[in-house]
Amino acid sequence: MQAIAKKKLAPYPAKQSGMRGARKQSAIGMLFVLPSLVGCLIFVIIPFADALRRSVTNGFTGAFAGLVYYREIFANASFLTALANTGRFIVLCVPMLVAMSLGLALLLTKSVWGRGALRASFLLPMAIPVASLALLWQLIFHRAGLMNNVLAALRISPIDWMRTDWALGCLVVSYLWKNVGYDMVLFIAGLGGISPSLYEAASVDGAGAWMQFTKITLPCLRPTLFTVVVLSLLGTFKAYREAYLVAGSYPQGSIYLIQHTLNNWFNALEIERLSAAAIVTALVILALVSVLNWTWRLDEDKVGG
Amino acid sequence: MVVSKMARLGRSANRIDMAGISIRFRLALPRAVRTIFLWAAALLVLLPLLMTLGASLMGKTELLENIAPILSGGSGMADLPLIPSLPTLKQYVTLLFDSPKFLTMFWNAVRLAVFIVVGQVIVGTLAAWGFARYRFPMRDGLFMGYIALMMMPFQVTLVPSFLVLDWLRLIDTAWAVILPGIFGTFAVFLLRQFFQTVPNELMEAARIDGAGEARVFVSVGLPLGMPGIASLCILSFLDTWNLIEQPMTFLRTQDKWPISLYLSKIGDTNVEVAMAASVLTLMPTLLLFFYCESYLVRGIQMAGLKE
Repeated sequence: MQAIAKKKLAPYPAKQSGMRGARKQSAIGMLFVLPSLVGCLIFVIIPFADALRRSVTNGFTGAFAGLVYYREIFANASFLTALANTGRFIVLCVPMLVAMSLGLALLLTKSVWGRGALRASFLLPMAIPVASLALLWQLIFHRAGLMNNVLAALRISPIDWMRTDWALGCLVVSYLWKNVGYDMVLFIAGLGGISPSLYEAASVDGAGAWMQFTKITLPCLRPTLFTVVVLSLLGTFKAYREAYLVAGSYPQGSIYLIQHTLNNWFNALEIERLSAAAIVTALVILALVSVLNWTWRLDEDKVGG
Repeated sequence: MVVSKMARLGRSANRIDMAGISIRFRLALPRAVRTIFLWAAALLVLLPLLMTLGASLMGKTELLENIAPILSGGSGMADLPLIPSLPTLKQYVTLLFDSPKFLTMFWNAVRLAVFIVVGQVIVGTLAAWGFARYRFPMRDGLFMGYIALMMMPFQVTLVPSFLVLDWLRLIDTAWAVILPGIFGTFAVFLLRQFFQTVPNELMEAARIDGAGEARVFVSVGLPLGMPGIASLCILSFLDTWNLIEQPMTFLRTQDKWPISLYLSKIGDTNVEVAMAASVLTLMPTLLLFFYCESYLVRGIQMAGLKE
């Protein structure tokens, strides 16, 4: 750290190289990004553009179909249900996950017995193979499964977890269980990056614990929070695999997600509808990301350096 | 402003005072309560894992007896004791010595994971460095596009991806899974978050010492980005290790399937073998975890410690 401070004070015209070569700098930046961009173009962006084309083209005649398929899917009950379910799942999961992992991180940065082992314990579920998780689900949430066994011991009548709206609860729990560890680790790292002198100074000024949390901890965690929210969102889309492996193409209504629709239309070879639904999904995701980006402005000013 | 003022105050404060304050602050919630709460939560979290481990050591008859109500729809309730009454390693022996299919698919998965993770690290570090440390036209828009692409469910581009891979004659080869995996944008997103915390002064210092841009990347970016690369290795390994849809769609020959697909098929018929297979499949991940975990926590902390 001292070395950096010294360099900062040294009388070099540090800005000069940056100003002179602005165009060169931008060319070099693009060069770094190029390999990734080319690969993305071939394997993601071109396929995506093709999906866009298909969504407005009649598959048999090849004629331009306009927004016919979009109108069709928005009149389709199962598509709308899936969209609503996915939205509800995200709204339920992300805030809960962020709050839980931040809570755990705060507790774990204080003195506690067996801190390393605790951290590892919360991380472990992440390592469980998805397919094994599906098997565990069945053992735990089956009508005659372990969860109801516990309920029976408590003299509560059994619940058919996977065939009632409780299925959503099961999916939420398994999402939280699986993802809380990594978000917690990111928060622990973020908390560790906050200089202790900030808290000490605040204590001297008489700020209480809550004041310190809202005025120091949260603002300093902004960049971490951005990463955590994006990764949590990503995790919600992955939860489909569990739902699919446990309950197949047509699970209980409350966990019929957008990917189920897409998958089923693919199996039925309804390519135009599938493409239109895919584009709508993509637009929704883009909107979500724009909102995030707008809220954080790519957390530039905080970490940009 | 307020924060930096506080920081200055803090630095000038007496060390002994600081210790006193932080001890008082830490005593706010008694340590014992915290410990008990966290360990209770951790045990609850670990329970399904312990159950899997226990079941994998259970004899076939014992396990089937315990979970019969689930499998055959029989009466009564399923039960799963954590500790088997007659522990056996038979399932493990069967898998390791008698199931060429298991070993083939395990090896397939290892191969996929190695290629994808290494490829992602190479392509991802370069791109992330470009996004984090240079300005170029459309940079932020492009990066937003990357984040959106990262979240796109596989099904969105399922059909056209299939056609592109078919056109490249890659369908039913491992490359159909590896190449799209390598160019996944997740690596770029994750590493950029890390590279952004590299202090500008270090880059300037290297430039002043005469380093070219490639040199700055190798001698400043890569070493400071190591924690990020370690995180990427873990996360992208987990992702690859759990691929279901991609291999199922792009690989027709079952002999080319990775272990994740084997696990998803075997559960219905051979529960006891499936449990042991789960434990064995978990092993490589655990090894990676214990190897990289300290990086995960300590690493980002160091990168974040700039003022």
